[in-house]
Amino acid sequence: MTWELLAEPWQYTFMQRALLVTVVASVVCALLSCWLVLVGWSLMGDAVSHSVLPGVVLAYLAGLPFAIGAFVMGLGAVALIGAVRQTTRVKEDAAIGVVFTTLFALGVVLVSVTPSQVDLGHILVGNVLGVSDEALAQVLLISAAVVLVVLVQRRDLTHWAFDRTHAHVVGLPVNRLRWTLLVLLALTAVVALQAVGVVLAVAMLIIPGATAHLLTDRFSRMLVVAPTLAATCAVVGTWGSYVLDVSSAGLVVVAQGSAFALAWGAVRVRGRATA
Amino acid sequence: MSPGPAPGIPALHVDAVTVRYRETLALEDVTVRVEQGQACGLVGSNGSGKSTLFRAVLGLVPTHEGAVRILGTEHRTARAKGLVGYVPQGDEVDKDFPVTVRDVVAMGLRRAGPPPRARTAELVTRALERVDLADLGGRQIGRLSGGQRQRVMLARALVARPRVLLLDEPFTGVDTTSQEVLVDVLRGLVQDEGVSVLVSTHDLSVLPDLCTVAVLLHRRVLAAGPTGQVLTPENLARTFGGGRG
Repeated sequence: MTWELLAEPWQYTFMQRALLVTVVASVVCALLSCWLVLVGWSLMGDAVSHSVLPGVVLAYLAGLPFAIGAFVMGLGAVALIGAVRQTTRVKEDAAIGVVFTTLFALGVVLVSVTPSQVDLGHILVGNVLGVSDEALAQVLLISAAVVLVVLVQRRDLTHWAFDRTHAHVVGLPVNRLRWTLLVLLALTAVVALQAVGVVLAVAMLIIPGATAHLLTDRFSRMLVVAPTLAATCAVVGTWGSYVLDVSSAGLVVVAQGSAFALAWGAVRVRGRATA
Repeated sequence: MSPGPAPGIPALHVDAVTVRYRETLALEDVTVRVEQGQACGLVGSNGSGKSTLFRAVLGLVPTHEGAVRILGTEHRTARAKGLVGYVPQGDEVDKDFPVTVRDVVAMGLRRAGPPPRARTAELVTRALERVDLADLGGRQIGRLSGGQRQRVMLARALVARPRVLLLDEPFTGVDTTSQEVLVDVLRGLVQDEGVSVLVSTHDLSVLPDLCTVAVLLHRRVLAAGPTGQVLTPENLARTFGGGRG
């Protein structure tokens, strides 16, 4: 009976595809999240993942793949935040807040006035159970590209994240590394929105890295712990959403948040034990 | 070590440099000259422009007027050739970052790609031995004292064997043992290997022991010359009194 309950969801093709998309998106987001939380770019992750919404709608209107509109708008948001920061006395967190809320609101307005055969509202909270062949291909292709770049640039990105001044002193291309991370962030936001939607994408870009950071003091281990945790939460969340008949995106993120809470508790207990 | 530069060329020549942050004047017409094999102390109060001077030397902020030459070359070339090493202020180090002491020191070898793994391990071990931290190589950077962390930062700068070493407040928040190690290592670098050092500090007690020349800074140079002649009560009062008088 227990085995049947565990296996039942995976008999259906739509659940297999949902699982594939969620696990792949979770793993690639988790990898990137290791750098995002250490660089202090959690809010930037929030900004990019929300700012893609108008890009998705505009891409739909132009008949282009959603991913292209989302990617361009994500990078546009980053550029706009940088421009506000550099040309005014507004601090970065405020610049991020102004830009991403405005773009997200613009996206909401566009969704409300755009006649569509597909429900653009699914972009907000995800629709992984109805993922199309095209979306599946995008997720796999973009994820492979992100993982490849991350693996090749791993040492330089880590050096830059730890000490940007020293990276500059030893001759690393610090601006290129910064933009590499931003482009990867925009690409990963595109992947995440296919799995959990615009609203919850930021969770996948922050929680796994933050949890792994609690559990280990070695970056190389973070790069194993974060994707492993994220993949586990993806499986648990997708399976649980079928059994409980609830939102899969919501349950995946709840699972990630619960993992963080468990790790936090474990670290505090361990800290008391060794104090 | 990098090939030796032609004699007579200053190790570091900051020539009439002015730096502005928007409307704020951070450095005005500052000239500092450090000869090869010389240790120079840079003395000034908080906000006097010491860190800005380092940032200008390293090309991290643009100079609005003047020029910086490191062993006769501009900063980009000097960095590309590995001529310059830099030790940041202690509070600039992210103590929570999940890296070990050895990881941090190995970052000093990143110029033009890391050397082979075995060679990296050997160079890192040697640099850590030099600052007396060889037994702490596997420790996470945040689990060191402030003084030990500064020694790690010095090891990271030394591992690539630079000809010019810049240190921004290396003695701040450092215990006596670490301060003694830092001063010993720096003195050895200058006297035995001809490395040139520019070190900023509040701690005037270490200067006569380490530096033959000193520069007093408060956005502009208030005094410069042999350490004994520069560190007079009158000059120090002008420096730490905000440059007035």
